[in-house]
Amino acid sequence: MSLVGCHHCDAVVVEPDVPDGGSAICRRCGGTLFRRQRATVEITLALTTAAAILFVVANAYPFLSFEMQGQTTRTTLASGAFALWDGGRYAVAGLVLGTTVLAPALQIGLMLYVLAPIHFHLPAPFAIEAFRIVERCRPWSMMEVFLIGIFVAVVKLSDMADIVPGIALWAFGLLIPILAGGAAFLDAELVWREIGDLE
Amino acid sequence: MSAFEPSATPAIGPHAQCHVCNLVVAVPEGAAEGLACPRCRTGLHRRKPNSLSRTWALLITASICYVPANLYPVMEVTTLGRTQADTILSGVIYLAVNGTWPLALIVFVASVVVPVLKILALGYLAFSVQSRSQWRPRDRARLYRIVEQVGRWSMVDVYVVTILVALVHLGSLANVEARVGGFYFGAVVVLTMLAAESFDPRLIWDQLNPVANRSAEGAGGDGDGG
Repeated sequence: MSLVGCHHCDAVVVEPDVPDGGSAICRRCGGTLFRRQRATVEITLALTTAAAILFVVANAYPFLSFEMQGQTTRTTLASGAFALWDGGRYAVAGLVLGTTVLAPALQIGLMLYVLAPIHFHLPAPFAIEAFRIVERCRPWSMMEVFLIGIFVAVVKLSDMADIVPGIALWAFGLLIPILAGGAAFLDAELVWREIGDLE
Repeated sequence: MSAFEPSATPAIGPHAQCHVCNLVVAVPEGAAEGLACPRCRTGLHRRKPNSLSRTWALLITASICYVPANLYPVMEVTTLGRTQADTILSGVIYLAVNGTWPLALIVFVASVVVPVLKILALGYLAFSVQSRSQWRPRDRARLYRIVEQVGRWSMVDVYVVTILVALVHLGSLANVEARVGGFYFGAVVVLTMLAAESFDPRLIWDQLNPVANRSAEGAGGDGDGG
């Protein structure tokens, strides 16, 4: 008999038998106890690998170009933060870089580091610490919010100059649903157990 | 996707639940502090330490920052030698007049409405716990989950300023520079996110007839908590 706790209200219940793809809902507070996804390692590993490739593309190329009277400027994810830094806005630059580049990079990279060894039955030192960081920095990874920011910026600039979307924007548009899928198919409870078995 | 409701609460004595990996660990009453979770090695706490004072401190700081965040311009836009300062609100108005309605609404909700509602909601939740409220715990738990989910979207305006600053730097022809309002605005978003993280929703249930609750758990009865 295995016990699971509700992290919303601290009710403790015997782990219910939940079919694949189902969720257990806490009877007391209505929060989700866990979402059972038996092939969670395989699915999230596949999605995170795709996300890693798209993330590199999204960072390597400019996502918008701005053309006005023959002059063109381009911006990548990181160059926005660097422009703020050059203007003396250090704290905001750090916040933007942290939430749009560093946190997602850490999340994708460490997720691969945790999931790949489980799938291939390899030893992974510090897998516990790595997955803990993944869980901790989840709220600080805000790429989907940045995507809305791009749309707003395009509308603001559209009557001022020509805005040309870059390759990175398409990578970005694909990356967001893939990241969301990776989060939806993640059964953290199973991953914690698998990490424990590897140790 | 279907939902399954666990049907029984097992008999369980004093326990602590790891707030990172959710493992339920049996520990003697009051002895959780200083122990580490056997599964993920995070420090174990029965409840988040100093949850309410931290939540209040962060909320008060956030409400102070909210004032300059809205009064000071977040950016300065120069077009053809003419310079104009933009606050959060004037940016929304610009979008409503010159841009598209839905986008103006999204930015208005994300940047103006959400931070205020978030501060009010978290303040109410902390107050309700302190005053030992027993009123609609399920709805208060849901309110907390919504606040936790929605806060990140306020970052939209910070990103818009970032993108504009990065793209538009053509001297007197067209130029955008970040101004100090953005700093305070970012501070509001970060502080309210930290406040939401500091608040422990389990406190809502602790106030709920704790004696009856514990005996119900001990008897293996239902976990509806009175």
